[in-house]
Amino acid sequence: MTTRRAFAPNWQGRAALAALTLYCVYAAAQLDVSWARLVTGLGEGARFLGRMWPPNFSRWETLSEGMIESIQIAVLSSAAGILLSLPLGLMAARNLSPWWISGPTRGFVALCRSLHYVIVAILFVKALGFGALAGIAALTVASMGFIAKLFAEAIEEISMKQVEAVRATGAGPVAVLLYGVLPQVASRFVGFCIYQLDSNLRNSTLVGIVGAGGIGGTLFAAFKRFDYDFVAAILLSIIALIFVTEVVSARVRKAMQ
Amino acid sequence: MSAGLSIRGLSKAYVPGKPVLRDITLDFAPRGVTAIIGPSGTGKSTLIRCINRLVEPSGGSILLDGEDIVPLRGRALRLTRRRIGMVFQEYNLVERLSVMENLLAGRLGYVPLWRAALRRYPAGDLDRAFALLDAVGLPEHATRRADALSGGQRQRVGIARALMQRPALLLADEPTSSLDPRTAVEVMELLTRLTAEEGVPVIVNIHNVELAKRFCGRVIGMHQGEVVFDGPPEAIETRHLTQIYGGEDWM
Repeated sequence: MTTRRAFAPNWQGRAALAALTLYCVYAAAQLDVSWARLVTGLGEGARFLGRMWPPNFSRWETLSEGMIESIQIAVLSSAAGILLSLPLGLMAARNLSPWWISGPTRGFVALCRSLHYVIVAILFVKALGFGALAGIAALTVASMGFIAKLFAEAIEEISMKQVEAVRATGAGPVAVLLYGVLPQVASRFVGFCIYQLDSNLRNSTLVGIVGAGGIGGTLFAAFKRFDYDFVAAILLSIIALIFVTEVVSARVRKAMQ
Repeated sequence: MSAGLSIRGLSKAYVPGKPVLRDITLDFAPRGVTAIIGPSGTGKSTLIRCINRLVEPSGGSILLDGEDIVPLRGRALRLTRRRIGMVFQEYNLVERLSVMENLLAGRLGYVPLWRAALRRYPAGDLDRAFALLDAVGLPEHATRRADALSGGQRQRVGIARALMQRPALLLADEPTSSLDPRTAVEVMELLTRLTAEEGVPVIVNIHNVELAKRFCGRVIGMHQGEVVFDGPPEAIETRHLTQIYGGEDWM
C-alpha cells in the first residue's frame, strides 16, 4: 500500500467548477429558464412555423428589390473597403513602415474592428440618414478592419530578401512595392477580398433591420405585420443567395491556386 | 561604363563597440574579378553590402569613379545603385514573378514607373532580356515562374537580372554557396565569362578557395573584419590560409 500521491489534487479547479455550476443554476432561476417555460415556448414555435408555411412569394417584386439592394450594398462596400485596405495594410505593416506610421494605422484598423457592424450601421443611420448609404458605410468600415489587418499580417510574413534584391537594382519605393512586395501577397490578398465579399453579402441582409437599406428592412417590416409566410419567403431567398455565393467563392478560390 | 572603386577607411559596427569591419582600405581596378575569402562572420557580406548601401557604413568613404557614395540619399542613391548589379547567395528572385519579369526588374532604376507597372518595357530592354536568357542558357524559360526553377537555373536568372542593369560594377555575395559543386563551377564560369565580355568588374565573396583561385585574378583574404591578404591567387600560401581561417587541421 502506497501513501505517495501520483497526482496533485487541483483544489482551485474543483472550486471553480463548483462555483460555475452554482452560478448557472442561479442565473437560470433568475431568468425564469425552466422546463415548463421551454415547453410553452416550443408550442408557440410550432404555431409560428405553421403560419410560415407555405412561403408566400406573391410579393416577389418587393422581395427582389430588397435582395438586389442588399447585393449592391455588399458589392459597393466590399469594393470601397478593398480599395481603402490596400494603403492601410501597407501602412500598418511593421516591416515596411516606420513605427510612427504603422502604430497609428494599426490603432485605426483596430478601431474599425472594435464595434460590431450593426452598431456601426446604427451610428451611420443616425449620421447619414436612413437608406443604403448608411449600410454601405458601415460595411466598408467593417471590411477595412478585416482586410487591412490580414493584409498587414501577410505583408509582415514576406521574404525581405526578394525586396532587398529589387531595392538593390535602384528601384524607387513604389517600384519596390510593385515588384518586391505585391507579388508575394497578391494571391492571399485576393483570397481575403473574396472572403470579405462573402461575409458582406451575409451582413448586408441584416443592416436593413436598423434602417440601413437592403432586404433586412423588408424582413423586419414583414415581421412587424405578422406576415410570416412572407418572412419565410425572404428567409429562403437569403439562404439561396448565401448558398450560391458559397459555391461561387469556393470555385474562384480553387481556380486561383 | 565600368567604374573604378576605392574604399577608404571603411568601418561598420552593427552593435556599438563591436566592429564587423575595421578600417578597410582597398582599391579596385575597373576590370577583372576579385574574390574576397574568409571565414563566416568575418564581414565579407557586410563589406559587399556597404558598397551598394544595403548596409549603412559606420564610417569611411566609398568612391565610385571618384564620387563618395556614402552620403547619398533618395534619388541620388538609387541612381548609383542601378549602376551596381548584385547576385545573391539565395538568388533572391521574386518567386511569384516570371523569369522575364525578374529580368526586367533589373531595369526598374531606369524605366518610368508606369512602364514597369503595365509591363510596357522599351523594345531594347526586351531584346536585351531575351539575349541574356540565351546567354545564360535558359532560352525557353521566359514565361515560367521563378519558383519553378532549380537552384542553378535561379542563379543564372540572378546573373541575368544583374546584367540587365548594364552595371558598371557587379557584386556577388556567395553566389555559389547554395549550389552543388558542379553547378557552382558552371555558375562561376558563366558569371566570369559574361562579365568579361561586357567589361564589367566583379567583386565576389566566396567560401570556396579553389573556386576563387580558379576564376579570380585577385584574392583578398579577410579575418575578423580586416584585410590580411591581398594579391594574385598564385601568391596564396598555406601560411596565408592559416592566417585567414585560423588553425591547420581543416587543410
